[in-house]
Amino acid sequence: MINEDDIRKIAALAMLEIEQDDIGKFTQQFGEILDYMKEIDNLDLSGQEAAFHITKLNNVFREDKTKESLDNETALSNAPESMEGAFKVPRVI
Amino acid sequence: MLYKETLHKLIELTDNKEVTPKDIYDSLLRRIKQKDTDINAYVSVFEEFAPNDKTGILRNIPITIKDNMHIKGKKTTCSSKILENYTAIFDATVVEKLKNEGSVFIGKTNLDEFAMGSSTETSYFGTTRNPWDLTKIPGGSSGGSAAAVASGEAICALGSDTGGSIRQPAALCGVVGLKPTYGRVSRYGLVAFASSLDQIGPITKDVEDAAILMNIISGKDPKDSTSADVAVDDFTKYLNTDISGMKIGVYDKVLQDCSSDVGKSMEESIDIFRRLGCELTSVDLPNAKYAVSDYYIIAPAEASSNLERYDGVKYGFRADNYENLKDMYIKTRSQGFGTEVKRRIMLGTYVLSSGYYDAYYLKAQKLRGLIKQDFDRAFEQFDVIIAPTTPTEAFGIGEKANNPLQMYLSDIFTIPASLAAIPAISIPNGISKNSLPLGLQIMANVFREDNIFKCASAYEKEFNIIKNLPLD
Repeated sequence: MINEDDIRKIAALAMLEIEQDDIGKFTQQFGEILDYMKEIDNLDLSGQEAAFHITKLNNVFREDKTKESLDNETALSNAPESMEGAFKVPRVI
Repeated sequence: MLYKETLHKLIELTDNKEVTPKDIYDSLLRRIKQKDTDINAYVSVFEEFAPNDKTGILRNIPITIKDNMHIKGKKTTCSSKILENYTAIFDATVVEKLKNEGSVFIGKTNLDEFAMGSSTETSYFGTTRNPWDLTKIPGGSSGGSAAAVASGEAICALGSDTGGSIRQPAALCGVVGLKPTYGRVSRYGLVAFASSLDQIGPITKDVEDAAILMNIISGKDPKDSTSADVAVDDFTKYLNTDISGMKIGVYDKVLQDCSSDVGKSMEESIDIFRRLGCELTSVDLPNAKYAVSDYYIIAPAEASSNLERYDGVKYGFRADNYENLKDMYIKTRSQGFGTEVKRRIMLGTYVLSSGYYDAYYLKAQKLRGLIKQDFDRAFEQFDVIIAPTTPTEAFGIGEKANNPLQMYLSDIFTIPASLAAIPAISIPNGISKNSLPLGLQIMANVFREDNIFKCASAYEKEFNIIKNLPLD
C-alpha cells in the first residue's frame, strides 16, 4: 500500500511540492486508483509484445537541410526573463 | 439567429449572398455576450472580425478552437495558470489549414487543465456549465467546445481527444464529436498531453459539418512525424448513402454498467439500424474492460514526461520567490499546476519509476496490444462497432470532483478506441428522463472514417435531436 512518504518521494521526483494538508488526501486517492488497477495483476501477458507504437510506425526521416526557423526575438518572447538574446535563469554556480 | 445554423447551411447562405460573414460573426458575438456569463465556454473571445482574404470553402465563417491549439498572436492557456500569459508564436497545422480554406476565428474554448479531466471542472478559469442544465457538467476535457456548439455560442469547433475528450462532452451536450484515427490529423501546435493518444477532431451540430471539417484538417504533415501518409478522402461523399447490409457489432456487454436511460436508447438504436437494413450481432472485446486501468498508466506516464517542459524558463509562469534554480523549478510547477495535473504527473512518475516500470508501464503497453487485437479481430467481421458513449447522462457539478477514480471511470466506454488508435464518433442518441442528451458511439477500423460517416449520417437522418438543442 502506498504511504505518505512514498507520495513525498514521488512529488520530489516530479519537481513538485505537495502541501502538508494535501498529502493525506493524495495518499488515499493514489491508494484507491492503484487498488483499482490490481485488476490487471493476474492477466497473463507473458507472450504478448509491448505495443510501444500502436500504429506500427517506423522511423520517419527527413533530409538534413537547414530551413527557416524562429528568430531569436520571437523564441524569447514568452520567456519570464531573458537577457542578451538568451533565457535568464538563477545563478547555478 | 444565424448563430443557430450549421456550417454547411451558412456556406450555402453566404454563397447565395443572403448573409455576409460579418453578419454571422456579429450574431455569434451577441450570443456569446448573452450566454457566456452563465455557461463559461470561452477562455478568450476575439471581439473584432478580422477578414481572411483566402478564398476557400469556409468563406470567412468563424470557427472556434479549443484553447490547447495555437493561433499565432493569440493566447494558448490550456486553461492553466502556468500558461495564463502564453502567446502563440506559430499556427497549429489544423489552424493553418482552416485559414487556407478561408476561416476566421472567434475565440478559444475552456478545457480541463491541459485536457486532463472529464468535466471541465479542473480549468484554472472556472468550470464550464452544461447549456442543457447549468447545474450539470458539460463533460470534458473539450467541455468548452461542446457547450459552445450546443448553445449556439459557436457554429462548430475543434476539440482534442486523448481518452474521450471530444466524444464524451459531445455526448453530454447533445452534439456530434469525432475522434479520427491516430495519425489522421497533424498534432503540430496542439499542446501535448499523452502523445501516443492525442488526436484533434471536430465538434459540430451535425454529421455533415464534421465531414466538412475533416476534409480540411486531415492529412500528412511533415511537422508531425506521427501523422499518417494515408490518402485523404472526400468524406462528404459518404453522407446520405444506403447502409443496408452493413455489418454492425453491438458491444452490449457494457450495458450492465449503464443507466436505464442509456440502456433504453441503445435498444432503440439497434431497432433503427435494423430498420436501415443493417445486420447487428453482439460483439465481445474481452480485454476492453481493462481499458481504464491501462489508460491511467499510459496517459499519465506520457504526461509526466511531456509536462517536464514547464519549468519557468522558456515560457509561462515563473514563481516569485525562490532560493536557487531547483527551488525555482519546484515552486513554479507547484504554484503553476492545478491539483489534477499534479496528480497525473505524479501517477506517471510513479509507474515509470525504477521498481514499478515492469509492474505497471510495461504491462500496460502489453495490455494495450491485447486490446488492439480484440478490435482487429472484431473488424474482420464487422464494419463498425456501436456502444453508448457514456454510462450515464451528465453528472452534477462537484459530484465527482473529489473522487478521481469515479471521474476516471466516466470515460470507460471512450478509452478503448483511444488505446486502439481507431476512429470513433459520438452522435446524439436521445434525451434522458431528466431532459439531458445521450450519445451513441460508432467505432471503425483504422482509417475507416468512411464507414463512420456512412453509418452516422444514415442514423442521423432517421433520428436526431438537433431541434432540441438549447439554442433559444
